Amino acid sequence: MIHNRTMIEPKPAPSSSVGPVAWLRSNLFNGPINTIFTLIGLYILYLLVVPTVQWAFINADWVGTTRDDCSREGACWVFINARFTQFIYGLYPRSEIWRANIVFAGFFTLIAWLAIPRLPFKHWVAVFALVGFPVIAYVLLHGGYFDLPRVPTHRWGGLMLTLLLATVGMVGALPIGIVLALGRRSNMPIVKSFCVIFIEFWRGVPLITVLFMASVMLPLFLPSDMSVDRLVRALIGLTLFQSAYMAEVIRGGLQAIPKGQEEAAAALGMTYWKRMGLIILPQALKMMIPGIVNTFISLFKDTTLVMIIGLFDLLGIVQAALADSRWLGFSLEGYVFAAFMFWIFCFSMSRYSQYLERKLHTGHKR
Amino acid sequence: MINKKHLVLLASAGAISLAGIATAQANTLEDTRARGAVQCGVSDGLPGFSAPDDSGNWQGLDVDVCRAVAAAVLGDADAVNYISLNAVERFTALQSGEVDVLSRNTTWTTTRDTTLGLNFTGVTFYDGIGFMVNKDLGISSADELDGAAICIQSGTTTELNVADYFRANGMEFDPIVFDTSEQTVGGFQAGRCDVLTSDTSQLAALRIQLDDPASAMILPDIISKEPLGPVVRQGDDEWFNIVKWSLFAMINGEEYGITSENVDEMLNSDNPDIARLLGQDGNYGEGMGLEADWAYNILSQVGNYGESFDRNVGMGSPLEIERGINALWTQGGIQYAPPIR
Repeated sequence: MIHNRTMIEPKPAPSSSVGPVAWLRSNLFNGPINTIFTLIGLYILYLLVVPTVQWAFINADWVGTTRDDCSREGACWVFINARFTQFIYGLYPRSEIWRANIVFAGFFTLIAWLAIPRLPFKHWVAVFALVGFPVIAYVLLHGGYFDLPRVPTHRWGGLMLTLLLATVGMVGALPIGIVLALGRRSNMPIVKSFCVIFIEFWRGVPLITVLFMASVMLPLFLPSDMSVDRLVRALIGLTLFQSAYMAEVIRGGLQAIPKGQEEAAAALGMTYWKRMGLIILPQALKMMIPGIVNTFISLFKDTTLVMIIGLFDLLGIVQAALADSRWLGFSLEGYVFAAFMFWIFCFSMSRYSQYLERKLHTGHKR
Repeated sequence: MINKKHLVLLASAGAISLAGIATAQANTLEDTRARGAVQCGVSDGLPGFSAPDDSGNWQGLDVDVCRAVAAAVLGDADAVNYISLNAVERFTALQSGEVDVLSRNTTWTTTRDTTLGLNFTGVTFYDGIGFMVNKDLGISSADELDGAAICIQSGTTTELNVADYFRANGMEFDPIVFDTSEQTVGGFQAGRCDVLTSDTSQLAALRIQLDDPASAMILPDIISKEPLGPVVRQGDDEWFNIVKWSLFAMINGEEYGITSENVDEMLNSDNPDIARLLGQDGNYGEGMGLEADWAYNILSQVGNYGESFDRNVGMGSPLEIERGINALWTQGGIQYAPPIR
């Protein structure tokens, strides 16, 4: 008896059931109707992508300093190139940009530190980010201390201003929102009605109205020797407005927590703040991450409305640049650039929130 | 923008009656000196009038008024804080003291001059509604526009003024209304209309945005009066005089042939007008609380009116607007400044 102890090498699956060909076959060319749709889809894609790529890359002008360097048919990225510093820092004095750079570097380092799980001292870094860093950033950006020349806020602008408005709005709106949400569920009538009125008032008016009131009406009611910086006015308006929305998002989370959770905590003898801080809020906030990030992203995009009160955020400075008579007619390039920048930040926020959801996932998802 | 304008007027008037006009500051000149900079309100971006250039410096005809005031008051044309204002908040910013000069292509009208607690100090640009047509049409005058399709930006006074003009002249037209100036240009380019109408100061900027600017021409007719000028608060006549005469110094400078290049040679001129303007003969700044060299500073640092016009909106700029009625009175225009005496 001959025993063949060597096994036949396993053969790879036929190319018709694995690999790209199989994928194409099962997903794109699976039957005549799907094949037709695939072909139509490919044709539409071709119609869209080819001119876009030609405009944005192949026929585009990249190098130069003036509009005369834009001789080709495609996009004139020279415009963005020439204005890049302005789009990032606004009208911040060129000689002082190093200060803004330090703040940018600190800002992104802190965010990265807090976002990357392996790095130590999270608590201390968080405390520094919320307490120490804003003071340092203010001193650096505004100046007037330690021989730094003052840079008035009307010269701040561009991406720097957008990030500033969005960050202050987010950092301010979350805690105020939590307090308002708890207050609205409170049994104390005065606290409750204050929170209800506050939330309903700020949710009831459009953000544009808030900004207009802050910039047009408020100065007339203040004494002439007292003026509130318009950036501060915008920041306060934006923060209060967003905190009302945040409150409702968080209240939604609070309501989703079964009543038993709080009763159990109370049975253990926990005080109100312990019940909220240790039992209810951690569960509610975790559940509301998509809603909270949603509010953050909409806040980030809402910052462009400060344009109407004469602050040059990223979009505002792009529009101001479009009004330079040396660069008339490049609005498409300007808006594409602004859209791309906004997309980068909003998309990163959305990805981070998805990561956070996975990380904090403890089986509450159904 | 008739609707917005009315709203602003209503809002401002209401607010003033509530708050009282006590907001006007007593001595703007002293405050400005103490601050070391002129607070100047400009637009948030208007080609040729005020827009930041590549290096972030504000440029434009309106901006030069701010620079002239700063040169006269502080001796440094760069000592200006530019506050960008939109059409709605511009008057409030002036009334509340956030800015001391408003130089933001603002049309001088009775209502604004008499009911807002503000004063117009002069005219930097005589604007008015004009027409741009395709050269192929062979039209040379607005009288020939009967039955034309006209592209107009919605919500502006232009819409009403054009309708008035056509009715007054017994002509018909077909309005094609767009939302933004870019869409208006797009509509004109695509042949949706034969004529594009807007303020002449804007027509030039719109024309550049065409694929082939040479294919369109701007008709010489101007059908409405839109004198644009700087504005100050009522109640501080000294400051009013300073802003008024800063512009007059620029216009007189052009009339006497003083430019930013030759101003130092002109200091030795025998012409008594020039000697008085440049402070070589008497001190005409004293009455405004300024130094004798106030006009010298304006002309050396900002230049005369003609230089500013040419550099920002005229033939030396991409806009290439003709001087037209903005030429000096000696050259067929209506720009005229009282003498320095």
